Amino acid sequence: MEFALSEEQRLLQDSVRRFLEQNSPLDKVRLAAGNTHTVQRSLWAGASELGIPGMLIPEDFGGMGLGFLDAAIVYEMFGRYVAPLPFLGTAVMAPLALMLAGSEAQQEKWLPKIAAGEIIAGVAVTESIGVREGAGVKAGKGTLTGKALFVVDWAEADLYIVADSDHGFHLVLPDAKGLSRRALDTIDKTRSVGELVFDQVSAEPLPRSSADAVARVIDAGRVMLAADTLGAGQMMIEKAVAYAGERKQFGRVIGSFQAVKHLCAEMAAALEPSRSLVWYAAHALDEVPGDARLMACHAKSHLSEVGRFVARTATEVHGGMGFTDLLGLHYWFKRIGFDRQLLGGPELVRLEAAHLQGWAA
Amino acid sequence: MDLAYSPKYEAFREEVRAFLTKYKSQAPKGLGAAGRPSPEACSWQQLLIQHGYAARTIPKDYGGYGAKPDILESRIIAEEFSAARVPSALQNQGISMLVPTLLELGTEEQKKKWVKPTLRGEVVWCQGYSEPGSGSDLASLQTRATVDGDDFVINGQKIWTSTAHEADMIFCLVRTEPDKPKHEGISYLIFSMKTPGIEVRPLTTMTGHAEFNEVFFTDVRVPKTQIVGQRGQGWFVANATLKHERGMLGDPAAMETRFQALVDLMHEETVDGQRAIDNPIFRDRLVRLQAELAAMKFNGLRLLTSASKGEDPGLARLIVKLQSCELTHQISALAIDVMGELGVLYDDSPYLRSHGSWQWGYMFQLGLIIGGGTAQIQKNIISERGLGMPREPKLAK
Repeated sequence: MEFALSEEQRLLQDSVRRFLEQNSPLDKVRLAAGNTHTVQRSLWAGASELGIPGMLIPEDFGGMGLGFLDAAIVYEMFGRYVAPLPFLGTAVMAPLALMLAGSEAQQEKWLPKIAAGEIIAGVAVTESIGVREGAGVKAGKGTLTGKALFVVDWAEADLYIVADSDHGFHLVLPDAKGLSRRALDTIDKTRSVGELVFDQVSAEPLPRSSADAVARVIDAGRVMLAADTLGAGQMMIEKAVAYAGERKQFGRVIGSFQAVKHLCAEMAAALEPSRSLVWYAAHALDEVPGDARLMACHAKSHLSEVGRFVARTATEVHGGMGFTDLLGLHYWFKRIGFDRQLLGGPELVRLEAAHLQGWAA
Repeated sequence: MDLAYSPKYEAFREEVRAFLTKYKSQAPKGLGAAGRPSPEACSWQQLLIQHGYAARTIPKDYGGYGAKPDILESRIIAEEFSAARVPSALQNQGISMLVPTLLELGTEEQKKKWVKPTLRGEVVWCQGYSEPGSGSDLASLQTRATVDGDDFVINGQKIWTSTAHEADMIFCLVRTEPDKPKHEGISYLIFSMKTPGIEVRPLTTMTGHAEFNEVFFTDVRVPKTQIVGQRGQGWFVANATLKHERGMLGDPAAMETRFQALVDLMHEETVDGQRAIDNPIFRDRLVRLQAELAAMKFNGLRLLTSASKGEDPGLARLIVKLQSCELTHQISALAIDVMGELGVLYDDSPYLRSHGSWQWGYMFQLGLIIGGGTAQIQKNIISERGLGMPREPKLAK
């Protein structure tokens, strides 16, 4: 019985922490945020040297063959440093779709390239969770028609993995005839999402696709978003505590006022147990299949709620400065806001959790 | 991350199961959680001690089983007793607070005299700490003990003294050095509740029941030898005890039991023929609580692992009292809302559900949020010890 990160996992997390601290400080994030739909190539190359794009990919395909808990603690660090990198689609959801549903040939063709950090892979699954704006993709004979919104890692993708409305995954190349692409600008300038419109676009199905495979890709994405919020929320608390320890009013540091201290305590009290929930949800994706989907729902929805509370409260502790662009605190606020809505907001995810337990008709 | 127990522990689990199978029929029906254990409960407790399922790590010389502390073994015992729905080791303030304190700071004579009968359920204790004027600021307590010959003579009042009406003995904080700074003028005394001059009055709470008492002392004479630790050291002796109290709160298994009862309730209660579980708003609140409960459960596993390695889990431990009490209260609150008008029924009313336990719990758990360190005191602890924030500037001495 050991409910803790292993020594290797702590080292992994530390190395990612150091890498981002050195290579993606806030001034770099600000520059990247001015070019949301441009991949930060040198930063991604650095992440690739650490093996990050291929961390979930088996060693046979040039990856590290690690588990979802490893990926979650890495993405936690990405959230901590609001890293402007295409991790969610490229390093997690796309490789998982290929591993679960792809043919051997497809895996051999694409996984090593992803693992090497050579290509960006966008993922379109939003409509499998909820359809807005009449979106949705229909598969014909080797073609796709329709529209996909909030495609993850949309910018400069070399390949898209698209879920159709019948639980089929397809590979689509960005220069395919009949494909039009539009960027979607969100509050979060550190990650790119976009729209794909398909007009009889030729696509290659992943032959082992299934409803379960689509769901598992979404589960993994949700746990990663929860981990991202965990890291971003942790950083916001640390920033709030540090600010409250420096800022003086009425002749005292504001951190000595209970009104301020208690806000910080409430944030920590909400966030700290959710760390264990994220760990377990990630662990379950690999090791406890019967628990995985429900725990992915719980992690996603709970971290969304805790994240919202921490994001607004930490901003309030910073007072007027928190509201300005000067401190850049808003990058974390917006990252957490984005994590909440992507791949299903908490109310929708809780309804799924109810269905899973037979609590909803 | 490895949620399986090693073969050594699985073997231990089998031992516990074998014990339960063999002796289950001897288990008493109810224990009377805070009051005086029944004779059946006492003999059950003694059987448990004999087999190492109660007082497991207390040395044999003092009436315990004498095993080395092993948090995973303790956990397995708790899991198996809970799964078999068999009452586990007796829990009361004597066992969880006084015994560890005596073992740490008592004289040999005190240990020999009190630990064993306390463990066996034969001596029931109450705790005399809080006073009407000294709650969160406990160290300001005013109950006086003055020296007269070989005795202390005690005058004053205690409050929130659960089980005082049943207790044989009290462990009590009194001011012996009124001229010293408040933390240095306190002594920790143990004495019989039958001592002349003690009056116990039940304290009725918002629940309508008297879960607590007030205790009045008028010229109560206690031999000077019945002090634990030195004169003026009582605050530090008590803190050793309070450290043990914190471990008592926030039991995820108990919360899960309440949550499961709530799920059952939501499948049974209907409005206009619709079950509560089919009402999207109630259902959303339920799933939201379920996620919070999962977080606390896994936080508990994390604490368990830290404890087994002798590490300090820091914030993960400091937040438990605040979060668990709040979550427990929210579970009851949802149950009340699900019942609607039926949720305000009480006493022995027609249509009352579950003997009014949800209503009682909703009120009593508010007491738990306040008691044992209020939510506000908890937030001070979390921010000061967990986050390293500055203390409130001191005004009072």
